[in-house]
Amino acid sequence: MGKLTIDGREVEFRQGQTIIEAATDSGIDIPHFCWHPSLSVSGNCRVCLVEIEKMPKLAIACATVAAEGMVVHTKSDKALSARNAVMEFILINHPLDCPICDEAGECKLQDYAYNHSTGEGRFTEEKQHKDKRVELGPYVMFDAERCISCSRCIRFCDEVAQETELTFVKRGDRVTITTFPGKQLDNPYSLNVTDICPVGALTNRDFRFKSRVWDMSSTQSVCSGCSRGCNIDIWVRKNEILRLTPRHNEQVNSYWMCDHGRLDTFKEVNSESRIIAPMLRRDGTLMQANWSEAVAHITSEFKAFSSDEIGVIGSAHATLEDNYLLAKFAKEILKTKNVAMPSHIKHGTADKILITEDKSPNALGAKLMGITSENFAVIMHAIETGKIKALYVMEEDLVALDHKFEAILAKLDFLVVHSVVKNATTALANVVLPAASYAEKNGTWVNINGMAQRIRPAVATQELDRSLDGMSLSRLDKFGTNFDRWGQVNKIDARPSWSFITMLFNSFGHKLKFKMAEEVFHDVAKHVKEFHGLDYDVMGNQGAKISLVAEKV
Amino acid sequence: MAEKKRLKDLTLWEKMYVPEVVKGLKSTMKQMFQPRFTMEYPEVKFEPVGSYRGRPVLVMEAGGEERCVACGLCSRVCPALAIEVQAGETDREKERYPEKFEINMLRCIFCGLCEEVCPEEAIVMSKDYELTFSNREDAIYGKDKLLKPITELQDRIDFLRSNK
Repeated sequence: MGKLTIDGREVEFRQGQTIIEAATDSGIDIPHFCWHPSLSVSGNCRVCLVEIEKMPKLAIACATVAAEGMVVHTKSDKALSARNAVMEFILINHPLDCPICDEAGECKLQDYAYNHSTGEGRFTEEKQHKDKRVELGPYVMFDAERCISCSRCIRFCDEVAQETELTFVKRGDRVTITTFPGKQLDNPYSLNVTDICPVGALTNRDFRFKSRVWDMSSTQSVCSGCSRGCNIDIWVRKNEILRLTPRHNEQVNSYWMCDHGRLDTFKEVNSESRIIAPMLRRDGTLMQANWSEAVAHITSEFKAFSSDEIGVIGSAHATLEDNYLLAKFAKEILKTKNVAMPSHIKHGTADKILITEDKSPNALGAKLMGITSENFAVIMHAIETGKIKALYVMEEDLVALDHKFEAILAKLDFLVVHSVVKNATTALANVVLPAASYAEKNGTWVNINGMAQRIRPAVATQELDRSLDGMSLSRLDKFGTNFDRWGQVNKIDARPSWSFITMLFNSFGHKLKFKMAEEVFHDVAKHVKEFHGLDYDVMGNQGAKISLVAEKV
Repeated sequence: MAEKKRLKDLTLWEKMYVPEVVKGLKSTMKQMFQPRFTMEYPEVKFEPVGSYRGRPVLVMEAGGEERCVACGLCSRVCPALAIEVQAGETDREKERYPEKFEINMLRCIFCGLCEEVCPEEAIVMSKDYELTFSNREDAIYGKDKLLKPITELQDRIDFLRSNK
């Protein structure tokens, strides 16, 4: 560890760190466009110019290695006038597109133009005109005029996605970005370039023009696409998810997430086919009912079966809390050993970057709660042979896994299904319970490496209130009232599975007093040794590694 | 209670009363021949000048298209949270347009900040001051009621440009 001085403050650095890295680690912000902590240094935007004592010229902080005793000034007259000149230079050919540009509000160029430039342009000539609305790939739109040629996207493709797809062509003010001949920007991580683009040159075609960034609330959560559990932010306006963006967590996903997770996992939450209320099958058709009717019906029906005739299916898509109470319910109330969950492993789909083979976010967590996938085939076989007559399925669409299950499940006398959306399995059920999706509840998922991470409600259900339940608020949520048009949002009467199972416990005469997912987790931490010492605060925003006592789980 | 003493007692002339009545009638007669400022509204309508802040409207270009690019700044600046904008994508040169543009006229306070912040001179305060509705839903003005041809708004636009 050496020491250097930045703006009169003594800052520590590790050998080999650059000035900007040392500054960032100590919470000093040096403006930068092309530098990104997870990418190589290219040093072409020149906005991080700083004054270093005893050096004849200004140096760029991103490519100058910190040295013992260095004295750096980021706000001296010389540094500021250089920065203003660089800003003016970059803005020469940048169009005044902010009103129609999606990046507005989270644009580095916009921010720096406020903070670091004179506010007055002297360039009165015609700006360079380049291509607008270029489809670089299936998900990414490129606007060449807005590009400031920082090369972050090119370096991302080369270094992180490891597919060389983008490059600079032409020179000087005509320089632009294009894909190599015959190639598209279609790697599985392509949308990350829209996050790292410091301006609005690269935009997400799925999110394009849907909302202004300042009108949305963002909630810290975890991606449900696979067992990597990439940290994400869920962006919501009017109780509808509009986009997901990756959130930095060096231990899990760094700054990135895959396109599948970003685009395909949240649409179910907004879907038209959501189940909006509990449903009971009466005279062959599913009819809307209320929660207490559903509880009473399930209780009386299950009492008619012996414990061997009952099967319970947990889910690696549900939270730790859901699976914990389900396993407890099976063991203490139903007294059945027929407990399992289906596996979502798709062999050969993993890559060396983030995507894993297991397409469920919580397989390890469910396993630690005592629900394994080994038994699953046995249970399905027992249903086929008529040994199991009643089945309790939590948040799994079994028919979608294998179409032959449709005929098997039809043999059941009684089928209860928790589900987020209507599907082929709920069509067979006797009782359908609307489950809160991952974006509507608190809970915990354990990823493939044993990181226990929290998910938080971003979308309000009927039992959730944005301000009372501590959910994140957008500007309109904060200042409007429930009687405003944007307050009249569609709230679904869905409940987390653990909360319904708590109701079942009570209906079977077992007193359980869980009111929050956090209380269930306290119980888990008390009874499951891997989770000893953990709680929601310990996991916080970055998750916590569980102690894998039996290393091989 | 002590008796209040007048500052000045009435003179004989004033006590006579009639001359004072004549004085008042003189003033009335004088006013009768002055120019009149009242109007017989609603038969006669008041035509405001360019600086008047009536209800905000969207400028419709000659081709029937709106100027608005749905940047959302009016909605952001509106202190009464009256404006709601939903952007959409078009093939036109300006790739963004308002799919939905609503002003809740029950919330609008006619402050004119939306007009001031608009980068496209697309929302301006009109001369329209006649706002009546019989229920709350009618008070939410959509694009159908907001779009006005630019020719009707020239006064206001001239006023804005001369006061930049």
